[in-house]
Amino acid sequence: MTLKKMNQKGFVVNTIVLACLFFLLALLSNTGAGKGNFFRLVLTPSLWQCGYLIILATSLNMVLGFMGQLSLCHCAFMAIGAYTAALMSLAFQRAGVFKSPKGAVFILIMFLSILCGGLLAAAFGFIVGIPALRLKGDYLAIITLGFGMIIVNVINNLPFCGQNGLAEGSAGSSLYKNGLGFGMKTKVTYLWVAILLTILAVVMMFKYVRSKFGRAIQAIRDDEIAAAASGINTAHYKVLTFAYSAFFAGIAGGLYACANGSISTSSFAFTNGGILNSTFVVVMVVLGGMGSLTGSIVAAVLMFFVNYEIKNGAWVAMLPSGIQGIFKYPMLVYAFVLIVVILFRPKGIFGDYEFSLVHVREDLAKHRALKAQEKAEMKGV
Amino acid sequence: MTTFIQTLIVGLRLGSMYALVALGYTMVYGIIRLLNFAHGDFIMVGGYAIIFSVPAVKAMGLPIWVAVFPAIIVCALVGMGTELVAYRPVRKNGTAMSALITAIAMSLFLENLAQAIPAIGPNPKVATQIFPSSGIKIGKVTLDSSTILTIIIGLAVMLGLYFFIQKTKIGRAMRCVSEDKEAATLMGINVNRTILITFGIGSGLAAVASLMYISAYPKVFTTLGVMLGLKAFVAAVLGGIGIIPGAMLGGIVIGLVESFTMSYISSSLSDAFVFLILIVVLLIKPAGLLGKNVGEKV
Repeated sequence: MTLKKMNQKGFVVNTIVLACLFFLLALLSNTGAGKGNFFRLVLTPSLWQCGYLIILATSLNMVLGFMGQLSLCHCAFMAIGAYTAALMSLAFQRAGVFKSPKGAVFILIMFLSILCGGLLAAAFGFIVGIPALRLKGDYLAIITLGFGMIIVNVINNLPFCGQNGLAEGSAGSSLYKNGLGFGMKTKVTYLWVAILLTILAVVMMFKYVRSKFGRAIQAIRDDEIAAAASGINTAHYKVLTFAYSAFFAGIAGGLYACANGSISTSSFAFTNGGILNSTFVVVMVVLGGMGSLTGSIVAAVLMFFVNYEIKNGAWVAMLPSGIQGIFKYPMLVYAFVLIVVILFRPKGIFGDYEFSLVHVREDLAKHRALKAQEKAEMKGV
Repeated sequence: MTTFIQTLIVGLRLGSMYALVALGYTMVYGIIRLLNFAHGDFIMVGGYAIIFSVPAVKAMGLPIWVAVFPAIIVCALVGMGTELVAYRPVRKNGTAMSALITAIAMSLFLENLAQAIPAIGPNPKVATQIFPSSGIKIGKVTLDSSTILTIIIGLAVMLGLYFFIQKTKIGRAMRCVSEDKEAATLMGINVNRTILITFGIGSGLAAVASLMYISAYPKVFTTLGVMLGLKAFVAAVLGGIGIIPGAMLGGIVIGLVESFTMSYISSSLSDAFVFLILIVVLLIKPAGLLGKNVGEKV
């Protein structure tokens, strides 16, 4: 089979599977099961959160895993996206374009606000990327950390980003009025937006990573000097990828604004102990495997499950009672698991392996053959 | 003028605190090229150690600041334990990135372990006054004794450390290991032991910093080290990470910047200014103030 045919086959298979999943969920939300409390109170918020965590982790993986540059300001871009989306929709609401979160106009504005959040984040990614990406390694980490702190700190000091927003705002408080931050009912109604945007974002990142750009940044990761010698404009590709990744962080921020009624800068700050902290995104990427987008997706969902316990122990109640006791201190368990995973599997869950529906059978067979060969060699020795 | 001098002194006080923490960062980075995120939490450990040993010190009739000595021992043990349990195995078979993640995980682990211990718990603990509250007045400027003592202790510890690193055998071993591990091994230096000692000294300095912190803000909580550690880390990078005088200079600069922004520009923007200075310095001199820009070998 030629490469082109294989790609076509993969495209068809993936589209069919995704469409099936999407319709199954749509069916679920419209039938009896969708009206239940479990769906409304547990599943829907979880899916929203998983959606933006997945986008966040995969977009950082482009920079960290594929380009090999450690960035610690990803959540600041997310904050930019969240605030832009929330304030823009609020402006439309105040202008009277839509009264209640219903109808085609609202959907249009929702998409527009999220897109603008992404674009502004990308613009900031561009501005930060030009000076920052001149540095390497630990210095790059610390300078991006500095930019992240500054962005969050400045947002915190902007008067129109606090309290009631826009002209009625006040600096230093969280934004309570949010045009997109609707209640539980609309969160259920627009669940498809979260899922659709997540799928779209992941597909766009896959396309990027497998394009000419993706090959260029992987060359930069493996050896920057060799890449430059082969005619790759390293500065250009680095800044472009950084901005592209910031764009998706902004989209994730837009989804965050949709899922939460009020936004505060402290939840994006570096000192925040919760999940939305730039170090946690790095942890997600490394845990899933640097250079594996599917790994990042799995890690984001896993992280969500561990972190979800802090607010709501619903899934812990399902575990046997002997294990439940450990989860009294969820973050302690989380740190411990992280250390153990890193000690015994330093390259993360997936390494740089990409899970693919088309190739899963061949990959498993290959893996088995490799193991068998290793075993045979061990016996031979 | 009075405000200026007062701000300067506050800045020096903050700066000597940052410098001590930054020394811990820079020593560890210089020797194993690891950003030790858990270092900020060693300050927290030191703070609690001081709080818990104050009653014992009082019962023995000694001045309260003597409580720093048990804290130094506890901190050094925690630091060396971290190196033995987490960092050494990862260093053996992991990459630089997995070592960094281990450091983040260790930091989380220490913070949450402290919360899980019933005697500590999630609520802040109030500390007793460390230094007597007398003060000197020169003109219109008041200097309370804790400020003077903080600056003096800071300078003394830094000088002591500098001579320790330059003159003693262990200090020389540390410098050798940070320059070239393999060559150091060939010269008969026990590399792992040297790293362990570095961790011990760096964490001990964190305990001294926590004494200074408590004397200024008598409240200890489990996440106390995060922001303090971050700023000290910035100080270390600003001066040129891995360089010991650089950490001292960086710490003082960061302290002065913070106190001057607080009193002249805006107290809520002081963090942003600290990081702005860092970015400007890194863009002009990518290796830090005292760092040498080494070209890359191809």
